[in-house]
Amino acid sequence: MSGMFVHNLRLGVASLRRNPLLTTLMIMSIGVGVAASMVTYAVFRAVSGDPIPEKSAQLFAPQIDNRGPQYNHHGEPPDALNYTDAMALMRAHKAPRQTLLFQVGLSVMPDDPHKMPFKALGYATYGDFFTMFDVPFQYGSGWGAEEDDARDAVVVISRSLNKKLFGGENSVGRRINLDDRQYRIVGVTENWDPKPRFFDMFSGNAYAMPSQVYIPFTHAVAQKIDSYGNNNCGMDGKRGEDWDSWLRGECVWISPWVELDTPEQVQAYRQFLDGYAQEQRRAGRFNWAPNNRLRDVPAWLDSEHAVPPESRISLSLALGFLVICLVNTIGLLLAKFMRRAPEIGVRRALGASRADIYRQFLAEAGMVGLAGGLLGLVLTALGMLGIGLVFEPQIAKLAHLDFALVLLTLLLAVTATVLAAFYPTWRAAQVQPAWQLKSN
Amino acid sequence: MLKMTHLSKVYRTEVVETYALRDFNINVSEGEFVAVTGPSGSGKTTFLTIAGLLETFTGGQYHLDGVEVSNLNDNERSRIRNEKIGFIFQAFNLIPDLNVFDNVEVPLRYRGMKAPERKERIMNALERVGLASRSKHYPAELSGGQQQRVAIARALAGSPRLLLADEPTGNLDTQMARGVMELLEEIHREGATIVMVTHDPELAARAQRNVHIIDGQVVDLAEDPRFHQAVHAARANSPA
Repeated sequence: MSGMFVHNLRLGVASLRRNPLLTTLMIMSIGVGVAASMVTYAVFRAVSGDPIPEKSAQLFAPQIDNRGPQYNHHGEPPDALNYTDAMALMRAHKAPRQTLLFQVGLSVMPDDPHKMPFKALGYATYGDFFTMFDVPFQYGSGWGAEEDDARDAVVVISRSLNKKLFGGENSVGRRINLDDRQYRIVGVTENWDPKPRFFDMFSGNAYAMPSQVYIPFTHAVAQKIDSYGNNNCGMDGKRGEDWDSWLRGECVWISPWVELDTPEQVQAYRQFLDGYAQEQRRAGRFNWAPNNRLRDVPAWLDSEHAVPPESRISLSLALGFLVICLVNTIGLLLAKFMRRAPEIGVRRALGASRADIYRQFLAEAGMVGLAGGLLGLVLTALGMLGIGLVFEPQIAKLAHLDFALVLLTLLLAVTATVLAAFYPTWRAAQVQPAWQLKSN
Repeated sequence: MLKMTHLSKVYRTEVVETYALRDFNINVSEGEFVAVTGPSGSGKTTFLTIAGLLETFTGGQYHLDGVEVSNLNDNERSRIRNEKIGFIFQAFNLIPDLNVFDNVEVPLRYRGMKAPERKERIMNALERVGLASRSKHYPAELSGGQQQRVAIARALAGSPRLLLADEPTGNLDTQMARGVMELLEEIHREGATIVMVTHDPELAARAQRNVHIIDGQVVDLAEDPRFHQAVHAARANSPA
């Protein structure tokens, strides 16, 4: 069987070499169609992947409606919390692990006076953040509840910032100057940058540059470090005159996360949120029925439209284009195979079964598919360079050609071509051997 | 070896039924060399395609080498074609993209034969038709007579029980035709069963037996007096 397969491949190559023009047209058709699909798929894959697959079903983003139905979009509560509600969740401590976070932008003052200060973006958060999101560490670790409670000036920095400031050495215990305050380094993260950045969809930072610093939330609030991310005060909301009135106000700017390990915990947390909203209603703060959400990571990303619509549209268009290319290939293969009706008739007369004809012609189509796939790879690689013309640069740089994509490209090309070849091959196998005698 | 009883073949369209063969009876014994003759459109080729399992029939029975073939599926028919029947076509029907060796190899490939055995059979068959030295040539590089010899080698390589030839010299000039015919006679003398369709009385005269077809039925050769006389004349002139 394998000998016959190799023989069929040899026949396929010989046949393809016989009509170079037709062969080139087919290979180009497949190659271009596959490349268009793969380039757009590379983008789609980059933006639609699960950023934390091992825990995405245990991490939940609570949402509380602090505005009321008249301000909500399609009845959805805001996708962040105000300070009052955020702190209420933390104080209640109804989840095994919980954190709050908002984006901060801090000026790093290097010790070396010859070096210029620069801005480092990161998050003010709680110590649970690092455990909840499985943040990998190069040196040290995150801080604990004590530092949170004490509002300590501690910091976790990224590997790249550590390299920039300390040449990559273990800097745990050393100090850095951020916004004119001294911070003690407790940990250095590995390069960690989940895409999309699911925990901070609110700031519109889904595909932003990796974070460089993390400081305690409690410390940031105590030091009145303003949010560097979004702050949504609703339709006619006002930020307030000063820091304290902002904290007391209804502007939302804090992303809350809880880790819930069992369905029972999830159920209990939902009840807790509803109970909290009822309480606020009784207290006169909310005059609407509880309207809360508790979404896990996939549901959260879906509700936040993490996959840009243009990625979906371009993938659909590219797949449609591939179908057109395949229909074109069907026509070309049909022309090619039917021109060989005399040969098919002779082979049938000499003992080839229909299955033999199928095997021979599908092997030939497979060769076309493989050649188309190789061309598709080259075009995909070129296409990767041009993604930035269509997508935003931060999304464009996520798409890359890796081994899985190479394999998928070849597999798609061969499979699609072999499938496209079924109709032409079926027609070829219908050739009646008797015609060979009668046509003479 | 080949026995058809009350066999019929009808081509139907919406408006008309055409009988290509009607109550057709023939019995060819092992080792015979039979010429099937008849005018154009008489049903000779239809007989040959049914005999070679290239086409199904409408009614009656057909036993090939003791096997009733009417209920065989496509695969079984392909296998019998491959193992028991050798075809020689008027237009040679060599595959133009394969060289002589590869052309002769085609039926052996479908039999799943191992490479050394294939090679031995191919070279033996080519030697027998006198073309062993041309094994790497392509059909277009050969004369018509040589191409038909390759086709005969292809038919012989699988050691078939039955050789079916359709006007084997129809596309050849007289000299080449004579050579091919002598080859067929030699193959027959070695024990092969040959059924040859022809409308050429001279060729028919060289077969052991003539089966004459008119309007899809076997008739006595005497019913076609002109052809009958031509065959007799050819036999009288034959050197054998």
